[in-house]
Amino acid sequence: MSVIKVPEADAAGWRCAACGEELVPRAVELEYLDSVFNVELPACPRCGMVFIPESLALGKMNQVERLLEDK
Amino acid sequence: MRGMGRSLLPFTGKRMDQAELRRLENQCIQEEPPQCVAACPLHVDVKQFCSLMAARRIDKAWGVLAKTLPLPGVLARLCDGPCKAQCVRKDAGGAIEIDGLERFCADAAKPVGPPRPLPPRRKSVAVLGGGLTGLCAAWEMVRRGFGVTLYCAEPGRDLAALSESILPKGVLARELDGLRAMGAAVEEGAEPTPDLLESLLEEKDAVFADADDLPEAMRDFGEPDEITLGTRVTGLFASRAGETSAVFRAAAGRRAANSIERFTQGVSMVTGREQEGPYPTRLFTSLDKVQSVPPIIADGLYTEAQAREEAGRCLQCECMECVKTCEYLKHYQYYPKVYARQIYNNESIVMGTRQANTMINSCMLCGLCETVCPEDFSMADVCLEARRSMVERGKMPPSAHEFALRDMAFANGPKCVLARHAPGADASGYVFFPGCQLTASDPGGVEAAYGDLLDRLGDVGLLLHCCGAPARWSGREALFEESLAGLRSAWESLGNPKIIAACPTCIKTLKSGLADAEIVSHWSVLRALGLPEGAEGGTAALAVNDPCAARHDAALREDVRALLEQAGASLAEPELTGEYTECCGFGGLLSEADPELGRRVAEHRAAAREEDFVTYCVMCRDMIAKTGKRAMHCFDLLYPRAEDPAARPSPGYSARRENRVRLREDLLKRLWKEDAGNGSEPFEDVEVGFTDQAASVMEERRILKSDVQKVLLRARETGKRFVHGGTGHFLASHRPVVVTYWVEFEERGNGYLVHNAWSHRMRVKGGKA
Repeated sequence: MSVIKVPEADAAGWRCAACGEELVPRAVELEYLDSVFNVELPACPRCGMVFIPESLALGKMNQVERLLEDK
Repeated sequence: MRGMGRSLLPFTGKRMDQAELRRLENQCIQEEPPQCVAACPLHVDVKQFCSLMAARRIDKAWGVLAKTLPLPGVLARLCDGPCKAQCVRKDAGGAIEIDGLERFCADAAKPVGPPRPLPPRRKSVAVLGGGLTGLCAAWEMVRRGFGVTLYCAEPGRDLAALSESILPKGVLARELDGLRAMGAAVEEGAEPTPDLLESLLEEKDAVFADADDLPEAMRDFGEPDEITLGTRVTGLFASRAGETSAVFRAAAGRRAANSIERFTQGVSMVTGREQEGPYPTRLFTSLDKVQSVPPIIADGLYTEAQAREEAGRCLQCECMECVKTCEYLKHYQYYPKVYARQIYNNESIVMGTRQANTMINSCMLCGLCETVCPEDFSMADVCLEARRSMVERGKMPPSAHEFALRDMAFANGPKCVLARHAPGADASGYVFFPGCQLTASDPGGVEAAYGDLLDRLGDVGLLLHCCGAPARWSGREALFEESLAGLRSAWESLGNPKIIAACPTCIKTLKSGLADAEIVSHWSVLRALGLPEGAEGGTAALAVNDPCAARHDAALREDVRALLEQAGASLAEPELTGEYTECCGFGGLLSEADPELGRRVAEHRAAAREEDFVTYCVMCRDMIAKTGKRAMHCFDLLYPRAEDPAARPSPGYSARRENRVRLREDLLKRLWKEDAGNGSEPFEDVEVGFTDQAASVMEERRILKSDVQKVLLRARETGKRFVHGGTGHFLASHRPVVVTYWVEFEERGNGYLVHNAWSHRMRVKGGKA
């Protein structure tokens, strides 16, 4: 499965507070209602904490959630 | 229109079957033919014709006539408009002058050639007699692909005497040319004789005789059958002599053609012929708000301007009674017949997207459509049944009602539920049931009302619980039963007292759910007791708003009005009121399924009157207040506490929860001298404030203060958070159950100031977010 890139996942200015690391793109699996998507998202290179910005949560993620729900 | 006020349907959880769909489709009359079309013996589309004429599309309008009328140039000029007797406009100025319009159109429009006949059937028929009926029969049959020969002395002999002003020279000749062009043979000078008839019966597949153009001596075949126009002689069909109306003569010609078609095909001569000729239609068109306009009468032919104006009086009949009164039905752009089909299709989908889920979940279940519908169509029944079936089959979108159901669970949780006898009492004659939304929106009003009942009625217990309406509205019947069981056991623990319920939805829900309980409305009790001390009627006139749950409860509506008037209020009624009241947008959980539509519905209701609103459902109060309209609950007048209650904003979702919890704590402490014993959970100790912007987006995104506190506590415990190089804000996330919340914040002393929050339901696999 190819990795989906989401340009709106812009993490400009944010870094991991615990590790002090700048965020780097990382392939993660997003899951909802038995569907799984491979998406490249900003994450801390050390602890792996994934960053999901407002624009992504309210935009594309919300669209996909609604689609999967048939809402 | 009778407003049956059926209680909600018994639960089946089955999906709609074909028979049910057909029943529903038939119940909605929007697609029934208009009165004029049904009354016209030839079923000319008069509505379409008038619409085109009014739009000055005269050639198109002529096309409508020419498509349906045989010998259109003749018929359009001879039509005497039998539809006028049924025209709905007749009671608003006068029927449409269709005959005048047809004549104008016949004169003004560009002529069109005859219709192209169907492929030949290899059946030959004879028409004996060439009066108008015979010509029309020949026209109808040649169109259908019969080989037609017309035998007559002179075609259209009975039209010859008509004046030039009625039938201008050349019109008949042109239509006869059309008849020939379609393939009919015209044997002129062939006077009908018994010998000719006999030979035609011998040689043709069927014969039609125009009785008005036959010698008396030849009409010995008996009176033709009313439905088939068949005679005693097999294969001989004939018109009934003496018809004077041109359209009815043409209709006889068409009836004969239909019969001959059936006869030559060997199928039933009688079944399914109810809609040949005039028939009754069920279409209802209201004249409400229609201005009376008299018809345009012209000396001779209409001028174009006159014709347009006259055609413009056509009401373009349709029903749409329910759609006219319901923003939800309007929003989806069709009417219940189409919606029933969409819901059926939605339920039948195995793979693919269910397009109608949001539509199904957006009905307010308020019952207005059923009340205004001439046929009592209930979208509420259809949508609720569809929701139940979706839940039952696991097809309900998880997020559709989740927030409301979480709120219901909270209201039924240990921090909110209370069942007590009056302080110091060990039995209850009555128990006050304010409902979970009144306690959430106006805890002070609930305290005052309960205090009043204790003072004046004595043995009144208190029962704080949700009635279960959100579960029922969401189609979750099992959850509803579970909620009801909790309520029942609390009620029974008090010795089954009479329930004094304040909320109209609770009253309605409890009456069906706790059928063995005696339920009285708080308003009827207050009416019997007299006004509470200090009640005020306000200084300006108020618009009284009936909640949808009171639609079929005339006594409740009457009690509230009587109380408000006793208090000195001067009341004004919105146009849609009482049995015909409009929902505020909360009903049926619309504002959960489609918040934007919910807001529009509330705005529509709020605009129904200029005056401040007063209502007796606190959700109506809050939904209307949210639009910026000044609105009060009756408690604001009967138990006045604040300076300007109509300006009180609707509390947000978090405040509503806190109000319920605090009310219970306060009452326990003050009346029963008990500590609520709510051990606070660790997240509740997180001190948090919100910027205005954050508070507003949280409300819109259904994010609670407690959700945010959980995120902040989690971040404090794990140290896991992002930091922004520019603003210094932190960002943390947490997924308590099925939703991940993100909170952007800064630290403020021991607590936090929240700048933003968002959420999503997707989960990072293997991750915490």
